Amino acid sequence: MSGVGLDAPGSTQLFIGNEAIARGALEAGIGVASAYPGTPSTEIMESLIPVAKEMNFYAEWSVNEKVALEVAAGASFAGIRAITSMKQNGVNVASDFLANLVMSGIGAGLVLACCDDPSAISSSNEQDTRNIAKWLDIPLLEPATFQEAKDMTKWAFDLSEELNSICMIRSVTRIAHARGNVTLGELPKKEQKAHFDSICPVVPTLPKFIPYPSAWLHSQLHGKLDKAQELFESSPFNWYTGPEEAELLIITGGSCWLYSLEAVNALKLQSKVGILKLGTIWPLPRKLIETHLGKSQKILMVEEIDPFLEGSIKELVADLPPASPHPAFYGKHSGHINAYGELNPDLVIEAIAKIMGLAYQPRDPEYSKKAEEVPFTYMPPRIMTFCPGCPHRATFWAIKNALRLDGRDGFVTGDIGCYSMAIGPAGYFQERTMYCMGAGAGVANGLGKLGQFGFSQPVLAVCGDSTFFHATIPALINGIYNKSNFTLVILDNNATAMTGFQPHPGTGVTGMGETTTVVDMEALCRSLGLQVDVCDPFDLENSTATLLKAIAQNGGPRVVIMRRECELVRGRRDKKPPYKVHVDPDKCLGEACGCDRLCTRVFGCPGIVWDNESGKATIDETICTGCGLCADICPQGAIIRETV
Amino acid sequence: MIMKTLTKDPLNLIIAGVGGQGNVVISLLVGKAFIREGYFVTIGETYGASQRSGSVMSHLRISQENQYSPFIPNGRADIILGMEPVETLRILQQFGNSDVITIANSRLIHAAGMEYPSLDEIIEAIKGLSAKSWLINATDEAVKLGDPIFANMILIGALVGSGIFPIDSKSMELVLRESFPGEKLETNMVAFTKGMELVAQ
Repeated sequence: MSGVGLDAPGSTQLFIGNEAIARGALEAGIGVASAYPGTPSTEIMESLIPVAKEMNFYAEWSVNEKVALEVAAGASFAGIRAITSMKQNGVNVASDFLANLVMSGIGAGLVLACCDDPSAISSSNEQDTRNIAKWLDIPLLEPATFQEAKDMTKWAFDLSEELNSICMIRSVTRIAHARGNVTLGELPKKEQKAHFDSICPVVPTLPKFIPYPSAWLHSQLHGKLDKAQELFESSPFNWYTGPEEAELLIITGGSCWLYSLEAVNALKLQSKVGILKLGTIWPLPRKLIETHLGKSQKILMVEEIDPFLEGSIKELVADLPPASPHPAFYGKHSGHINAYGELNPDLVIEAIAKIMGLAYQPRDPEYSKKAEEVPFTYMPPRIMTFCPGCPHRATFWAIKNALRLDGRDGFVTGDIGCYSMAIGPAGYFQERTMYCMGAGAGVANGLGKLGQFGFSQPVLAVCGDSTFFHATIPALINGIYNKSNFTLVILDNNATAMTGFQPHPGTGVTGMGETTTVVDMEALCRSLGLQVDVCDPFDLENSTATLLKAIAQNGGPRVVIMRRECELVRGRRDKKPPYKVHVDPDKCLGEACGCDRLCTRVFGCPGIVWDNESGKATIDETICTGCGLCADICPQGAIIRETV
Repeated sequence: MIMKTLTKDPLNLIIAGVGGQGNVVISLLVGKAFIREGYFVTIGETYGASQRSGSVMSHLRISQENQYSPFIPNGRADIILGMEPVETLRILQQFGNSDVITIANSRLIHAAGMEYPSLDEIIEAIKGLSAKSWLINATDEAVKLGDPIFANMILIGALVGSGIFPIDSKSMELVLRESFPGEKLETNMVAFTKGMELVAQ
């Protein structure tokens, strides 16, 4: 067995943080894993799936994060250790169940691994899940290294059982998606038997898995947190390095610990600056922190997104006896650390240098001058776009044209997936709202009811196929029930493409690769009494006409399914392009055409490039996937597609 | 069991390219070679733009002492492996310094909707910002082998063949043998050897 299932205790592997978390779960003996894909958390499940059968556990891609958590809880209730993983937005989806689950106990160890995305590199928001742990009274651990990601996850299951509570692991992109050394531990080899037993061990007349009586259980929950704090006071995941008396004390955790360490070394301040590294983030080890607060009169909190440690430690200081020394605090409130975005060694160096009154020069100033003199025009920016051959490019081309032909200032409401890129030039700026999963259809519901206020703009909601199942169905049903006037366009590429082509209920395949019932979105929509049209987006003429017809209608929602397989999936399977595409230089009129470089400037497929020397378009054969769509948009018919 | 001593600790290598070119594969293969020899390796990747034609970079940090963060500080790269000229220059501007060594693919990839600058000027700028540099047309060589994706292996070959790198061809070959099953191995090995030859010339 390879990857995270490698049975080689003591060997060192090069794992991404997500693989380390998966390995920790395996070393803890999980029986069930569930997840909905979301960057940067996806690879936790992706690395568990290939070893599930062999290691005799069950793994699934769930329809959304709330169901994923409920699946894991079900296993826990029957005495089977379970992990569920998701990105920060997913925790919001799961939060309704989570907020109730914390009130009751659990069965076997239950761990929620959440990956936050500081700087929102692959997200629609920047959200700090540590706040959710504090809000809902959930013990939370945060790894600073890849090794810790494994070790903490394993321990989180023991902790969960000791506290009779779900526990959380929080990581961020630079742990989840970065790679580093992980030394493997033993894999347990014991048979597990599931049995649901709901008798509460404390009060047999009380139900074990029902949050009742809630207020009493809330007090019990606080007791669990007190116990967690006691355990955390001596946790090996917290430690201090530095002098006994420091000019500056840094308190940090997670990936920021590595940045802090590097910053202190870069400024050669090892004998003056101490670092208290915390791995048990909620509840905080108050006594441990109190002990170290005395080390310095200056405290710098280094953390990403929200001032979580900063606020919590200031609270703690407020509780100290009146005579206690009051250190000066530096961090987000003082402006030394950004209150948004991710950190890196440079930003921490800058913060420390400012507090300590030092200058820092990373390289020879002469070199810097020379580097900065390189003209910006030498480095054209590369904007993210749809892949060459992506069906979404065709869909948004058709939407753009249909809305223009309709002429009533119609627009698109969208949500989360590859098609989110339609907020920019990739999709011709067509998507005008983009929030969370399913919100395109939800927002369209509201807009579609504004006729009495003179609203006459057509509303087109878009969602992907996986998003349709995840969160769009309730919004669509709401639209039918409340007769809201909008068109739902489902961009069905038969995969959860944005996160790496995971299967979903419409694909007929489970996460573990078994054949299953296809939940047919077309039949489902028809069963709701909806008018449904299905188009191949590469048939631009038919797609545009169908969309135009749907837009022109009034009344309740109607559905257009734009169906074509993700090009990356097709390309990997077929290994060859459907067409050979080239530009006929005699037909391409270049600047003289009057199309104003429609193919390279507007259509924007990375496979078509403008050749400055000839002043004409040309195809970059190393990029082009041979979809042939561009042949239909060239006004001169200069782009030629030949069947391979 | 570390075989060689690093000339600098940590050794900072940046792999720069365009989403879809294969940054992640290169960084993983190179990283595995160091892990085999007992080093601490940290790799940081740009993920959002992967496969979507954005600028991407991988930061590799190799140390005998510590696990480093996945971010190389500004101005602190030791080696830059560029898979595309403009992306190489972009990385040099932010992370380069008077001692930086550059190996770059001279084959350009157009930025959608943007004018691509003069390739000669880009290459001049790359040379001007590098203490030592090799520019090789890895993509054209890869196309000769049947697929532009082999440019990755040619670049790894160039990195190892340049002699600036504390991993020898035998160690790298072991990693390639582990990583590419069956028939894929052969062409990858040919590409790797080609890369070594290109910098030896």
